[in-house]
Amino acid sequence: MGPRNLLRSTVFRRTLTVVLLLAGVAAAVTGLVGWYANGVLTQSSERAVESDAVELRAELMGRGFDALAQLVTEKSRSSGGGVYFLAGADGSVRAGNLDRLPNWSGAPGRGVFTYSRGTGAAMTTRRAAGLLIEIDGRPRLVVGRDIEDQRALLLAIYRSIGLGTAVLILIGLGGSVLISRHIQSRIDAMSRASAGIMAGDLSGRIPSDASDDELDRLARQLNEMLARIEQLMAGIREVSDNIAHDLKTPLNRLRNHAEAALGDGRGGDAWRNGLERVIDEADEIIKTFNALLLIARLEAGSTTDGFETLDLSRLVIDVAELYEPVAEEAGFRLDCATDAGLVVLANRQLLGQALANLIDNALKYADAGSGPREISIAVRRQTGMARLVVADHGPGISPDNRERALRRFVRLEQSRSLPGTGLGLSLVVAVARLHQGVVTLEDNEPGLRVVIELPLARPGANTAELGEQQASELETARG
Amino acid sequence: MRVLIVEDDREIAHFVQRGLKESGHSAEVASNGDTGLEMGLSGVFDVLIVDRMLPGRDGLSVIQTLRAAGIRVPVLILSALGEVDDRVKGLKAGGDDYLTKPFALTELLARIEALGRRVSPDEAATRYTVGDLVLDRLTHKVMRAGEPIALQPREFRLLEYLMRNAGQVVTRTMLLENVWDYHFDPQTNVIDVHVSRLRGKIDKGFARPLLHTVRGAGYMIRDGAA
Repeated sequence: MGPRNLLRSTVFRRTLTVVLLLAGVAAAVTGLVGWYANGVLTQSSERAVESDAVELRAELMGRGFDALAQLVTEKSRSSGGGVYFLAGADGSVRAGNLDRLPNWSGAPGRGVFTYSRGTGAAMTTRRAAGLLIEIDGRPRLVVGRDIEDQRALLLAIYRSIGLGTAVLILIGLGGSVLISRHIQSRIDAMSRASAGIMAGDLSGRIPSDASDDELDRLARQLNEMLARIEQLMAGIREVSDNIAHDLKTPLNRLRNHAEAALGDGRGGDAWRNGLERVIDEADEIIKTFNALLLIARLEAGSTTDGFETLDLSRLVIDVAELYEPVAEEAGFRLDCATDAGLVVLANRQLLGQALANLIDNALKYADAGSGPREISIAVRRQTGMARLVVADHGPGISPDNRERALRRFVRLEQSRSLPGTGLGLSLVVAVARLHQGVVTLEDNEPGLRVVIELPLARPGANTAELGEQQASELETARG
Repeated sequence: MRVLIVEDDREIAHFVQRGLKESGHSAEVASNGDTGLEMGLSGVFDVLIVDRMLPGRDGLSVIQTLRAAGIRVPVLILSALGEVDDRVKGLKAGGDDYLTKPFALTELLARIEALGRRVSPDEAATRYTVGDLVLDRLTHKVMRAGEPIALQPREFRLLEYLMRNAGQVVTRTMLLENVWDYHFDPQTNVIDVHVSRLRGKIDKGFARPLLHTVRGAGYMIRDGAA
């Protein structure tokens, strides 16, 4: 990871921010401790100076200048950092451990001054804080305490703050780099895996290291998602394979017919027949294409455009009437039983087509069956539902194939040999789903029973409109 | 009949134009919406065929503008969009009929004929007569050679529609749409059986059939040979 990438790394930036923040807090705390210690030390030296001054003043008042000089000499000898100076009336050194009156800026009173200690090469200049006291109107007595050690301590504290902060920042920086490198390398591994998946290898998975940390959990979750996507893609592939088969086979037939007609040496009527067959095939392809398109659009959209409240029983009777002559012609009895007044919110065209497909299928498949030649259509009321049933006595669909037959664009083998697009049931399922309905296939013993359960329209929804429609229909029927 | 074809696909436009001319109509082509609107506004056409998706001004807008200008010419909408909702939208915009691409020429021609007749005063007629077959729309009675024929309500409506378009080809889809009000394509030819039942009632026992099958197109009721 280059320095530029490092600066862009969120982990690095966040870690670094935390480290800087911690260093700042540590410096502030140490600084505060130093400042407080300094205050305590200053206060104690001030108090010592104060009590010295009181004692010396009392000595001067009580026992006179010589006694004072004696006391100053005594105090100068004791260890403890006391600094004293007493001048005689002529200004010369009388007592104390200073060789001269220190340079005092300003009026007598409290102040900080420098003094020298030791002799020759060992002589050092040190700082002290204390009082300059006037005797007989002239500044002649100095009482102080050495503060050089206190200053050195403070300086050491400040130095350690600087050094400590620098070390903390350095360690933090190193830590940030290490942490962000580690996380980045795991994220990079994820990116590489997903790049491979995007490039088309859907079986690829993101590396997971069983550590069960947040990244590992994320990786496992992404892998579950990938598995689901792979499964969906397989579904789509199956669907497109089915579509390709459904369209390619008739396209191939169309081409064969055209080729055969073109190669027919008889010309004239042979060509005409060939062209007619080509047109028939083209019409079949258009039908299949329309059905596929309609199913796809129904599956994709939950559009309720064109929905109206309608009497389901009426619609069923209507469609049954449309098919009745065809059924009779084919030797079937079309039995239609309906409960009255089942109102659903539906698209009349789509529901009509679904019903037509079911009757159409029943006629087509039951033709090969050996059972009674009877197709029964029924609409029954259930709690909140209308149960629409179309049943035949044909060969039916074996239990293990029923679920498959309801899947999108799936044609069972038995449908391929019969005319039609073979998409009838797929369309029924799509239409039912659009109407919040459920399709189930049952055994009619023998035969197939298709059941569509549709939710009934809530009372009050457009019923006025329906009433009008029924009234006008009644009118026409009577008319 | 003078027909205006507003269609941007040259081949489809010329195919339809040739078909119309061969059936004895005159046809002109406009290849975009604005030209189509301009020609349509001239008011000299009996029927308009308007493609829905056109360069520039789209088909529905052409129809809406024509209707707003008070031109009542029958319009057939041609469209690649075949969804039920699209049909409703097209008819709401002022179209009179809707045909989905790809279409059969016979279907288009039959619909154009029916549209062209729609404005004729026949619409208001209370009695239709074809040869010795009479249908009374007020009493719902049907007579052939003076003998009453009993028809089911649906059969009556089927015959009514056929007789309103007497002498013209009526396709199965047109029957399904106009007699049953279904706009889908039943896989079995359910209409054929209904028509043959009707034929059994009105033509059976008569020397001269009136209800004819037009091969590859549909049906036609007329006095004389098909």
